[in-house]
Amino acid sequence: MIFRNLLVGAAWLLLAPFAHAALTIEIVGSGANQIPISVVPFAGETVLPQGITAVIAADLQRSGLFKIIDPAGVRPAPYEPAEVNYPDWRARGADALAIGSVLPRPDGKLEVRFRLLDAVKQTQLDAYSYVIDRTLARATAHKIADLIYEKLTGDAGVFSTRIAYIVKSGARYELQVADADGYGAQTVLTSSEPIISPSWSPDGTRLAYVSFERKKPIIYVQSLVSGQRQVLAQFKGNNSAPAWSPDGKQLAIVLTKDGSSQIYLINADGSGVKRVSYSSGIDTEPSFSPDGAAIIFTSDRGGSPQIYRMSVSGSGAQRLTFEGNYNVSPHFSPDGKSFTFIQRVNGSSFHVALQDLASGQMQVLTDTRMDESPSFAPNGKMLLYATEIGGRGILAAVSSDGRVKQRLSTQAGDVREPEWGPLLKNQ
Amino acid sequence: MKKVLFSTVLISLLAGCAGQAVKDQPKAAVEDRTAAAKQSAAEARAAEQKAVTANPLKDPNNILSKRSVYYDLDKTDVKDEYKPMVEAHSRYLTGNKDAKVVVQGNCDERGSREYNIGLGTRRADSVRKMMNVFGASDSQIEVVSFGEEKPRAVCHDESCWKENRRSDIVYQGE
Repeated sequence: MIFRNLLVGAAWLLLAPFAHAALTIEIVGSGANQIPISVVPFAGETVLPQGITAVIAADLQRSGLFKIIDPAGVRPAPYEPAEVNYPDWRARGADALAIGSVLPRPDGKLEVRFRLLDAVKQTQLDAYSYVIDRTLARATAHKIADLIYEKLTGDAGVFSTRIAYIVKSGARYELQVADADGYGAQTVLTSSEPIISPSWSPDGTRLAYVSFERKKPIIYVQSLVSGQRQVLAQFKGNNSAPAWSPDGKQLAIVLTKDGSSQIYLINADGSGVKRVSYSSGIDTEPSFSPDGAAIIFTSDRGGSPQIYRMSVSGSGAQRLTFEGNYNVSPHFSPDGKSFTFIQRVNGSSFHVALQDLASGQMQVLTDTRMDESPSFAPNGKMLLYATEIGGRGILAAVSSDGRVKQRLSTQAGDVREPEWGPLLKNQ
Repeated sequence: MKKVLFSTVLISLLAGCAGQAVKDQPKAAVEDRTAAAKQSAAEARAAEQKAVTANPLKDPNNILSKRSVYYDLDKTDVKDEYKPMVEAHSRYLTGNKDAKVVVQGNCDERGSREYNIGLGTRRADSVRKMMNVFGASDSQIEVVSFGEEKPRAVCHDESCWKENRRSDIVYQGE
């Protein structure tokens, strides 16, 4: 009864770990050199409602780096290397071939066997076997797609990662987490007041975010395991723009307790707040370098908002962007060699841009017009951002060379404030 | 210690309502209104009138009932036309040491959400500074920013944007 009264007239919010929503993906454009691969339906995979190979093929295709060769019509379909007639696959244009099987075990689990074959050299590139609960079929398919991606492109696959974002439907705000392919969206928090700036902890178990449920911006940290959350910062004035340090021990945040928006460090348990930026302007949107030694951020200390870099102790601040009079929302690349940000062009159009730190060379990556909040996939090959199509907020992704473009949208509502989650080891 | 305690309470409140259907909550508000409506209309009107005369902050004829400061594009300074209103609130705070206000800064929807929180702060802070000039103490004023998150007008052109480049003076308890 007490909580009910508290909620009336104030914000209502719910921690809702089991609510589901759907996010669908549309691919636009493709990579310069696509690797032709055929993913042959695994023997026995029809015991799984969604199969395995359809998910693998969709992952590879979405990356823009693969051309999926249709395996239909090959009789009998090969499940073991000895059954592969390589000239057939070469004639179809496949350079690589994925084959495998799904075998039910007496204990009710499934054994998934998978082999990656080089159709040109007629050799085996990789082979794996997993014993899984059938509920993990989709996750296993993502793992196999990651293996194929890594073997054939040399970069880590990110099909097993997750994304976080906000959905606004009417007066309802939901913080959601979904697989990188948009599947399996779960609502982490529902509120009648705005939620912005979700940020993944480096181990992928927690999200920091800003909620307005108490009539001002306050930073919370919420566990994705238990659903429990705690206030990270609720100082006088605003508390916003949380960004985790790479070791997960502290966060860079923005407070106004001493006047204008400035950057502070705070321990992940909310203790030990320490100011690191000192300017008379607005300093905001901090992002740690992967080695934890530097922070890039937005500041208008020079008159217009631009991207700056300083040491994590706040010393040696240096301006990085010089083109245009509105450059905001920086995020370091996973290798620390470049950063993405939003550039305003011609006063009214906002695009995702990428700048190399060593050369200072800058490239605009998108042709969408109202872009916000770009962040890198953990392999650095794709960027996820928010934009607007037909007056509705959607998520979009673009490859770091600007060639591959994807759009992710829900059935209803505005989707915004995305952040791509980390690569998890031992997944 | 206080903060820790508060967090714990909040978490247990949240845990308590996690299972509750979302639809239930507006209903609770409706029930409260029904209870209030049991008062006869005349009684309510009389009570309202009394409250108005007793409270200059609610009297539509008093400048203290005016609460909003509007800004030009990309500007954060308080224009001259709003000075008498800000001065009146400052004098009210000086004369009512128990009163506290939150100055809420707002921006239009264009640009970075976090940078707009900074801009909203700068706008609201210009109101605070003017209040200081007229004698109000910082201990009675909190500056917060909603950035572009709580627009009063929701269209996507200047007619709405100018409405949303705004600071609002809100008294504690309102």
